[in-house]
Amino acid sequence: MTRQQTQRLAQWLISATAVIVILPIVLVVVYVVAKGIGAINWEFLTQPPRNGMTEGGIFPALLGTIILTLGTAVAAIPLAVGAAIYLAEYAGDNRFTRAIRLAIVNLAGIPSIVYGLFGLGMFVLFFNFGTSILAGALTLGLMTLPVVISTAEEAILTVPQEFRVVSFSLGASRWQTIRHQVLPHALPGIITGIILGLGRAAGETAPILFTVAAFYLPELPKSIFDQTMALPYHLYVIATQVPGMPLSIQYGTALVLLFIVLSFTLVATVIRTVMRRRREW
Amino acid sequence: MTAKLSIQNLSFTYADGAQALRQINMDIQANELFVLFGPSRAGKTTLLRLLNRLADLLEGTERTGEVLINGRDIYAPNVDVTQLRRRVGMVFAVPTPLPGSIYSNLAYSLQMAGIRDHHTIAERVERSLRQAALWDEVKDRLQDSAFALSGGQKQRMCLARSLALEPEIILLDNPTSGLDPISTAMVEDSLFQLKQQYTIIMVPHSVQQASRVADRAAFLLNGELVEVGSQQQLFMHPHDKRTEDYVTGRFG
Repeated sequence: MTRQQTQRLAQWLISATAVIVILPIVLVVVYVVAKGIGAINWEFLTQPPRNGMTEGGIFPALLGTIILTLGTAVAAIPLAVGAAIYLAEYAGDNRFTRAIRLAIVNLAGIPSIVYGLFGLGMFVLFFNFGTSILAGALTLGLMTLPVVISTAEEAILTVPQEFRVVSFSLGASRWQTIRHQVLPHALPGIITGIILGLGRAAGETAPILFTVAAFYLPELPKSIFDQTMALPYHLYVIATQVPGMPLSIQYGTALVLLFIVLSFTLVATVIRTVMRRRREW
Repeated sequence: MTAKLSIQNLSFTYADGAQALRQINMDIQANELFVLFGPSRAGKTTLLRLLNRLADLLEGTERTGEVLINGRDIYAPNVDVTQLRRRVGMVFAVPTPLPGSIYSNLAYSLQMAGIRDHHTIAERVERSLRQAALWDEVKDRLQDSAFALSGGQKQRMCLARSLALEPEIILLDNPTSGLDPISTAMVEDSLFQLKQQYTIIMVPHSVQQASRVADRAAFLLNGELVEVGSQQQLFMHPHDKRTEDYVTGRFG
């Protein structure tokens, strides 16, 4: 082979790997859209399931997922951002902080079903919250913590050190420096981490399995101590537990869930891009 | 008469064990332009950063000795470091604007000190920019990004920024590095004005600059103070052989 041919072959092979990487997700999206789009209409999105879930819509599950995601945000964001600020700005490098970092890395690697069982033991039984939105949101929040802490700490550390030094030299306290010179510039990264974490939480089944999710509950929850339906679990139920379930409803449900999770990622990307463009340095 | 700033037996060691300063003793009087000069690694920047306790930010370092401002030790346990840095301003060798407008850069230290009144802030911003000889160039674009300024303008903005709080002492770490001769002259001119009001301690860009601007100067070498004296004495009749060799360009 001539050098040009080698070049062309290499280029072709490398492009091929990129295509192979993208292909599955494109196929999944196309397949789910093609099969599910027919089921999507106003009634599907706003009505509860009827007739043993073989008719009607998914509204209680959709609303449940939205509430759980918001609950996860409330539970996880303050704690995760606080921890990230502590690790990046206050904690030095010592045995204690190294242990914390190790714990965070390990938390991120724990299978989600383990979080589910932990949530059952801790929130449902020990704290006696029962199978409830509160227990579910706390469990999902716990699972989201490591992702958000790591990305937020990363974002805080990318803010140039000179800004901190200049701020100190101008008589700003440590907190003023963090508040005015660090957090505003770390915000795009922090928000990206939060959204990606929430996106994952919105699509998880295992953590809500024992802590909040109802098999079939057409009434909407009235308080955070109520159970609720949720999309991922609902999808699992109608795909495996209900005989004679119309395929279009299954794929329609999958499509809505996919749409929610992907739009989280999309929003994260847009925020990051816009805020990066506005950055001055 | 007590000195404005008095350094007594000051030694400093970095975390890696390198001793940057050894037993430094010197007095700096109010309203003088005091120059710290010497070859690189002499400890000039380290010494400056000890005077506003910016060196505190580094972990694992060791300091002994005292720094007295108006007769009071700035390393005493009850000293509020934030308050100290409001009284001792600093300009860095690399001009570093904070993200945001020129105006917000100038207003930052004032706002952090709790000044809320817009008129007071606007007044101080204008006066500081005038003192740094930058007002005429930026008065119509105060809301523009500070990053849009030229190198020389950025450095004068940083000077103005350090003046906004009206500190008693200003520390200048090579404030004309990377500036063209015209910008350098502008900065030097403003220094002569500024010392009417402030005490200035400066690390110069070169021996030539040191002899041009200094009222008094100190020659540092490898973390030791070789000689302190008036401009006349140090640059015309140095007592120490090493000082003479350095100012006449035999090494450095």
